[in-house]
Amino acid sequence: MNILLNGEAYATDAKTLDELCARLGFAEAKIATAVNGNFVAAMARPAVELAPSDEIEIVAPRQGG
Amino acid sequence: MLTLYGQGFSSRLLLGTAQYPSPESLKQAVKASGAEIVTVSLRRESARALTGQGFWALIEELGCRVLPNTAGCRTAKEAIATAQMARELFGTDWIKLEVIANDDTLQPDLFGLVEAAVALSAEGFAVLPYTTEDLSAAERLVAAGCAVLMPWAAPIGSARGLINKDALKMLRAYFPDIPLVIDAGIGTPSHAAEAMELGYDAILLNTAVAKACDPVKMAEAFARAIEAGRLAFEAGPLEPRDMASPSTPVAGTPFFKIDHAS
Repeated sequence: MNILLNGEAYATDAKTLDELCARLGFAEAKIATAVNGNFVAAMARPAVELAPSDEIEIVAPRQGG
Repeated sequence: MLTLYGQGFSSRLLLGTAQYPSPESLKQAVKASGAEIVTVSLRRESARALTGQGFWALIEELGCRVLPNTAGCRTAKEAIATAQMARELFGTDWIKLEVIANDDTLQPDLFGLVEAAVALSAEGFAVLPYTTEDLSAAERLVAAGCAVLMPWAAPIGSARGLINKDALKMLRAYFPDIPLVIDAGIGTPSHAAEAMELGYDAILLNTAVAKACDPVKMAEAFARAIEAGRLAFEAGPLEPRDMASPSTPVAGTPFFKIDHAS
């Protein structure tokens, strides 16, 4: 299935958002997620099933002003 | 003592964490500034680089309260989702709310800002909005639940200082009881002192320190200027006047003759 991961085309067979994060190596990482513009809390990730063309954002802390 | 959303702070300087020449320089600058609040952001994380993980470790070492921003958001919807991600990521309901209208000026989109402030306040966020000196927008933000306002002095990163001083004075006079933080456009410590002398409660800055030749020394310079400006405000500065007023007593001036006065 093709999705958009952080603005770039990405092919995955992960079924859920939680699975996608784990496969990317983010299982223990400090991240936050959104799907199609809406925030998805960490606890809700296992219940969020991915669909083709979903737009996934995975973000982490960064320098800011 | 500065009080923001019920929390007391002895420093009136809020410092940004971006653009420093090195992580060590950032750490030393924060220390030298005495800042108790630092601003941070969130950005897309790459599974290969894991950039954010190392940065987070550094921030935790600082021991400051973090104030995440929604920098770069162009709509209320983006800002709301970013704030929600930031709340989970940083474990704080404080948010420096930015909704940007224009890439060249980075000026706030006041309409989107108010829309996002209403939604986020309703969700229990402590919203610190990056706004302009506009009074009607400020009123809407306060009505939305913002207990702090953060007007710009000049466009972000422009280092121009208080380009609309009269309007900033008016904003201060109009909201005597709302903490007002100057956010953006400060270039030098004298700009910061000037804002503090007007009665502003605190200064949020980043570029002026991070891009100085010596960020650590500049951080200390800002800390002192902000403290001096605050003291001056509390002391009650003189009103300027057009004509001279002698400071040395006139009575008893030697060689004084009445025709000197004519």
